[in-house]
Amino acid sequence: MSTQTTTHGNGNGHGAAGAHGAHADHGHGAHELPFWRKYIFSVDHKVIGVQYAVSALVFLFFGFTLMMLMRWQLAYPGQPLPFFGRFFSDAVMPGGVMQPEFYNQLGAMHGTIMVFLGVVPLAVGGFGNYVMPLQIGAPDMAFPRLNMASYWVFLPGGLLMLSSFVMPGGAAQSGWTSYPPLSDIATVGQTVWLLAMVLLITSSLLGSINFIVTIIQMRAPGLTFWRLPVFVHAQFVTAFLLLLAFPPLEAASVLQLMDRLAHTSFFLPSGLVVSGELLSKSGYAGGGSPLLWQHLFWFLAHPEVYVLVLPAMGIIAEVIANNTRKPIWGYRLLVSSIIFLGFMSFVVWAHHMFMTGMGTAMSTFFQTTTMIISIPSVIILTCLLMSLYGAAIRFTTPMLFALAFLPMFAIGGLTGLPLGLTASDIYLHDTFYVIGHFHYVVAPGTIFALFAGIYYWYPKVTGRQMNSKLGKVHFWGSFVAINGVFMPMFFQGMAGLSRRLYDPTVYAHGRGVQPLNVLISWSAWILAVFQLPFIVNFFMSLRAGAKVAENPWRSTTLEWFAPSPPPHGNFPTQPVVYREPYEYSVPGQTDDFHPQSAGKA
Amino acid sequence: MSDTVIPYMVKPHPITGLPNGKLGIWLFLASEVMLFGALFSSYVLLRAGAPHWPPIEPGEAAKLSSELLNVPLATFNTAVLITSSITMVMAWASLQLKSLPKFRIYMGATIALALVFLVVKYFEYAHKFEVGHFPSHDNFYGIYFTMTGLHGLHIVGGIVVNTYLLTAGSKLWNTDPEHFANRVENAGLYWHFVDLVWIFLFPALYLL
Repeated sequence: MSTQTTTHGNGNGHGAAGAHGAHADHGHGAHELPFWRKYIFSVDHKVIGVQYAVSALVFLFFGFTLMMLMRWQLAYPGQPLPFFGRFFSDAVMPGGVMQPEFYNQLGAMHGTIMVFLGVVPLAVGGFGNYVMPLQIGAPDMAFPRLNMASYWVFLPGGLLMLSSFVMPGGAAQSGWTSYPPLSDIATVGQTVWLLAMVLLITSSLLGSINFIVTIIQMRAPGLTFWRLPVFVHAQFVTAFLLLLAFPPLEAASVLQLMDRLAHTSFFLPSGLVVSGELLSKSGYAGGGSPLLWQHLFWFLAHPEVYVLVLPAMGIIAEVIANNTRKPIWGYRLLVSSIIFLGFMSFVVWAHHMFMTGMGTAMSTFFQTTTMIISIPSVIILTCLLMSLYGAAIRFTTPMLFALAFLPMFAIGGLTGLPLGLTASDIYLHDTFYVIGHFHYVVAPGTIFALFAGIYYWYPKVTGRQMNSKLGKVHFWGSFVAINGVFMPMFFQGMAGLSRRLYDPTVYAHGRGVQPLNVLISWSAWILAVFQLPFIVNFFMSLRAGAKVAENPWRSTTLEWFAPSPPPHGNFPTQPVVYREPYEYSVPGQTDDFHPQSAGKA
Repeated sequence: MSDTVIPYMVKPHPITGLPNGKLGIWLFLASEVMLFGALFSSYVLLRAGAPHWPPIEPGEAAKLSSELLNVPLATFNTAVLITSSITMVMAWASLQLKSLPKFRIYMGATIALALVFLVVKYFEYAHKFEVGHFPSHDNFYGIYFTMTGLHGLHIVGGIVVNTYLLTAGSKLWNTDPEHFANRVENAGLYWHFVDLVWIFLFPALYLL
């Protein structure tokens, strides 16, 4: 236990010294770097992690705002938006009535921002950067300057993406999938979208190399493969997905940029007619393939789904083990499933393309692989669910979010099965059913897991606990509202309502389910109101939160044995690992947790 | 930079046998394989979907790729790049033999050969533009300019890195020769990869 006592002493001393600090304050006064090196162009993985997390939260909020605007048009089509309408120019919302072009921009940018600027940077750039090196007992990432570069390529990419709203013709409006030929001939916002994507892909490339090298080379002595926390395993597999799946989208972006800027025809078929005129008259040779883009795009975007989900599962595993005070049920099975899931995610992409006419042989292959990939997903969820069996559960705020994750993610997963089968997909494809399905995976699934992670690791980052009363208001409000948002979409989709419709009442079958749109929109706005307790809690706890020692949750993994917040370099002495990650309630131990770094007692 | 000491920056990890940088560069090359792999796949798909390759106007006689592109110049360029890979290895080997002056000669030669490659490429491109064969002419020229252009950017990247190692970067030799040799080795791995991409591009675009 000697390591533990030393860190404890340092932790207390540090808490007093850091009392004046802001949230990003990891300063410990041992060496003085100028402000801009310490907080802005920092090479410390913890500062970079906080930078990623805060930027991603801002982007998430912005992306959510775009959706709240769209929800007005869907609930009350063609009616002027009260009060907020006056803040928009006449070009996009004359008299407060949303124009179809603006609606399309909001839709495309909502998807892009949530996926590429919100969830992934928070789950990987934020949590991965901050927690992973601590969990493996490393002083920093393997390439600290590369890590800094990764963030400083990400942020301009994100800002460039947002700047496309002020381009002539507005932002990208061909959906977050940017399908050609529409995207090839769209306004200049699409070019900005592509350039921003190239920056974001470069950033994620730098990050993923760093993560893999760090996990392979810099684990603490004794931290073998089967002793890694599930979160580290999840980040490891995620990094491989980012490393290998993103370059094809970079290639596709280059090809689409060539189509848009050099007037090549990679994605433009011969004989294409646009606005009543043959496209070959405007200098395009034709002979390209719109399907080519879809293959390249989904080759990235399906593994991307697992990039969104795997870190969330890692967070949930940490929180569940800690709050059930039990080892994870089937730890090795869970980890093996994560790795298998990573491999399989590269061979399921064309199940997004059953309706493109790519042929029944192709469809059958991808239908089969899609059914196979559901097996490890179910195993992972089963392991997490079985971990609850027989436990005396601590209902802390992070645990509430983790418990909600399990059924919500299950709904998201199970509703995906009819979409993976070619026969039922023909009916459900591109309806609101699909929107409901993947939002259940990503919103009450992944985003709830990210909230769990924020409540769980906040004491490590700041040295203070978040308020649990506000946390519970945030949880219960969000939990009810978010189901009000996404559950009705299944019914709308089964009634045949198409996604991406500017006015859902143009078709008779849409008018029947229009009252549900009103319910969804009000749920979404109520959901926004219930984020206020979180925002208040997040900032208030920086100063008013109860001060805690380095291990407030009585956890076993290494990150809890560095001071809170950890200084530059993380651990006062190199930790050594003696056991598996979740040794809770070990018979014969005085405490109900047996830390990985505690020596053989 | 900071007082944090990152392990295995220079010395290899006892289990993987690699220092951090070398593992990193291999991972980077894996992602590069996926980047160029996607472009080669696109090329195959576009070509397989075209009634004629290179595409022709209705009524025009069928052509061969080798008639549209300059095979002798590309053959010369292939030899130039392979030679530059050899000089790159010699540069690294000179460091193993503890000779910085020899390293300078070979590294200089590598950079010079890379510049020769780009100059030849410039004349090839210029000729295409003169006769009005822009990327928009058809998908054959489109994919030709896209892939060789992206490869050319990789050459430029290699020149930048190698020039740094030849000039300001070589100061590291005086303080930490092993670290410097590792850097040259990593730059070499990248350079061989760029060379290898051309070995695939040359037959795929010019000859087949």
